[in-house]
Amino acid sequence: MRIPRALLMVSVALLLPLIAFAGGEDEAGDVIKVGVLHSLSGTMSISEVAVKDATILAINEINAAGGVLGKQIVPIIEDGASDWPTFAEKARKLIERDQVQVVFGCWTSASRKAVLPVFEGLDHLLFYPVQYEGLEASRNIIYTGAAPNQQIMPAVSWLLQEKGTKFFLLGSDYVFPRTANKIIKIQLEAEGGITVAEEYTPLGHTEYATVINKIQAANPDVIFNTLNGDSNVAFFKQLKAAGIGPGDIPVMSVSVAEEEIKGIGAEFIEGHLAAWNYFQSMDSPKNAGFVERYKAAYGADRVTDDPIEAGYFGVYLWAEAVQKAGTADTAEVRMALRGVEFEAPEGMVKIDPVNNHTWKIVQIGAVNSEGQFDILWSTGEPVRPDPYPELISPDEDVVEPGVMGPRVARSASN
Amino acid sequence: MLRAGRAVCDRRESEVTLTTTAMQLFNSLSISSVLLLVALGLSITFGIMGVINFAHGEFVMVGAYTTYVVDRLLHDPLGGSWYLVALVAAFVVTAGLGFLTERSLIRFLYGRPFESILATWGLSLILQQLARNVFGASNVEVRTPDWLQGGLALAEGMQLPTNRLFIIGVALLCVVGTYLFLNRTRAGCSMRAVMQNRPMAAAMGINTAAVDARTFALGSGLAGVAGCVVSLLGSVGPATGQNWIIDSFMVVVLGGVGSIAGSVAGAVLIGAASPLFEFITTSSMGKVIIFALIVVFLQYRPAGFLVLRTRALEGQR
Repeated sequence: MRIPRALLMVSVALLLPLIAFAGGEDEAGDVIKVGVLHSLSGTMSISEVAVKDATILAINEINAAGGVLGKQIVPIIEDGASDWPTFAEKARKLIERDQVQVVFGCWTSASRKAVLPVFEGLDHLLFYPVQYEGLEASRNIIYTGAAPNQQIMPAVSWLLQEKGTKFFLLGSDYVFPRTANKIIKIQLEAEGGITVAEEYTPLGHTEYATVINKIQAANPDVIFNTLNGDSNVAFFKQLKAAGIGPGDIPVMSVSVAEEEIKGIGAEFIEGHLAAWNYFQSMDSPKNAGFVERYKAAYGADRVTDDPIEAGYFGVYLWAEAVQKAGTADTAEVRMALRGVEFEAPEGMVKIDPVNNHTWKIVQIGAVNSEGQFDILWSTGEPVRPDPYPELISPDEDVVEPGVMGPRVARSASN
Repeated sequence: MLRAGRAVCDRRESEVTLTTTAMQLFNSLSISSVLLLVALGLSITFGIMGVINFAHGEFVMVGAYTTYVVDRLLHDPLGGSWYLVALVAAFVVTAGLGFLTERSLIRFLYGRPFESILATWGLSLILQQLARNVFGASNVEVRTPDWLQGGLALAEGMQLPTNRLFIIGVALLCVVGTYLFLNRTRAGCSMRAVMQNRPMAAAMGINTAAVDARTFALGSGLAGVAGCVVSLLGSVGPATGQNWIIDSFMVVVLGGVGSIAGSVAGAVLIGAASPLFEFITTSSMGKVIIFALIVVFLQYRPAGFLVLRTRALEGQR
């Protein structure tokens, strides 16, 4: 019996990819595929392109040093396009079609919430590099940005001590600022501060004259700023034009880093404050090397900042865990990640074995005329991450990754 | 003693309220002028020509980026006056872009509103991505010239920002200039003639195609001026245009499609109302109330605040 030639060709063509994919990681032998999922277009690309760059830098460095387990890491980059359903779709594509071992990505909490069911459903692993509002501890996500107790809460305590008790809360109108302000209000009540007003503006809001007038009428000691995106530019420009400087009412921001300052203009924000785990101006050989390599790769005018650094060291933490597990298999890497450590640009970081968040140093800085931060305060050593602060969740706490249980007292240090 | 203390308190309180009220009034004026500037160009391209131009916001963005480029090139040699150069450059560059757009895209779409919505929306995406590729995804910094920094201090805690005063001035100049151009010059009159009665204008020997291109270029150029001015207040980045497009359409539709005076009225109405609602409620709620009121208002006056009766518009209905 003769098989028609065309049919034969078609079946061969269909089978080829299957054969190529069949072996996956073991068959290919010398490569491990990882996914990189950030917004490269749309509004969020303002922030996410730089984190993608940092992730690729780390991958290239590891490859240049011989890879992990003797294999080269091959990144597969996908564009989430600032659109949350697209994030979920691309996450599924990376895991199911490209068969990556791990995904590095996301910025907004909305995109993280969108991909969460995908990673949990397929039991896969995501490294998330941005500070966020807490109240989450999935076994499928490794959080390398700050939990509330590693950024927002220490900033509030510091302000109460250094700047005064009357807080004006200003944020963009979505989940992160509203949750963050919920935490701040409870904390202020517990620590003797006053919330004089709470104000939200739509994302992309550009007209702050009225808000500034409200600020003047309320006459607070500090403004706690959880605005995101373009609004920060408008707010700081108009605040300065209204004659309010950091000496009158200092602004503490938690979403304004070196990258955002470039867009605002240092002259408008000079003297105001921010709380982060990492600043480009940190003085250490490890950080100097990182900044130098980042600039060499992407241009001398580029800056590094907290999410960029978290995107960078996330890859190294994963590589350490793969090395420890002796395989890139997701389940085993996840076990190996518990307690894994790495000497990052900000100092020693460690994955908490209980809640999948990262032990990080906490710092507060004031913007200087170069658009960099003068560091005013630092915890000096890594702080244990606490995604469910006791003030918010008095009865429940994470007992192991992805599992909640009754709160038990834990020591705050190693 | 106690009573005296309370009296001092009361006086301070009323002073604060007075300052706050005065500042709110100034804000109304200032917001009106910003809205007017970003909507003026649209009131020509959409209001007079009837082109639904979703790329209007991106023309504002192009004006803002032009300002950025002039800042980088001329800040050092020219000092503070670089900004005036930028103002002119922003007009010229966006007017040129508008001219090209009309010749290559818009002129094929007259009388086809749905296609022009899609086409101009596509154009806006192309311009955004272009900005991202040329200038990078991050926002860029436009420095404020020294003479526009600071403000006019009227009383304690009451400072009128110089840049806002400047913007009010530019808005007035643009409106008066545009009005005079359209009503007192030959070129302006032929624009109005073509828009109001095309066949008759053509019969009178006016080259209508050339006038179309010139009118669209004028509207685009005004968007560029707006872009240069709003770079003093807000961000300059690929998404900048998106922040202004809704406001622009709101002003033109509320004011009444087809007249500059209507747009002025629309801008003043929204400019006066939005800081008021924003102050007594919140920013998000203020915006919702404004939108709701506009919807209600348009139920009673579907054609907007000022109605212009022309043959062209009647023909479309």
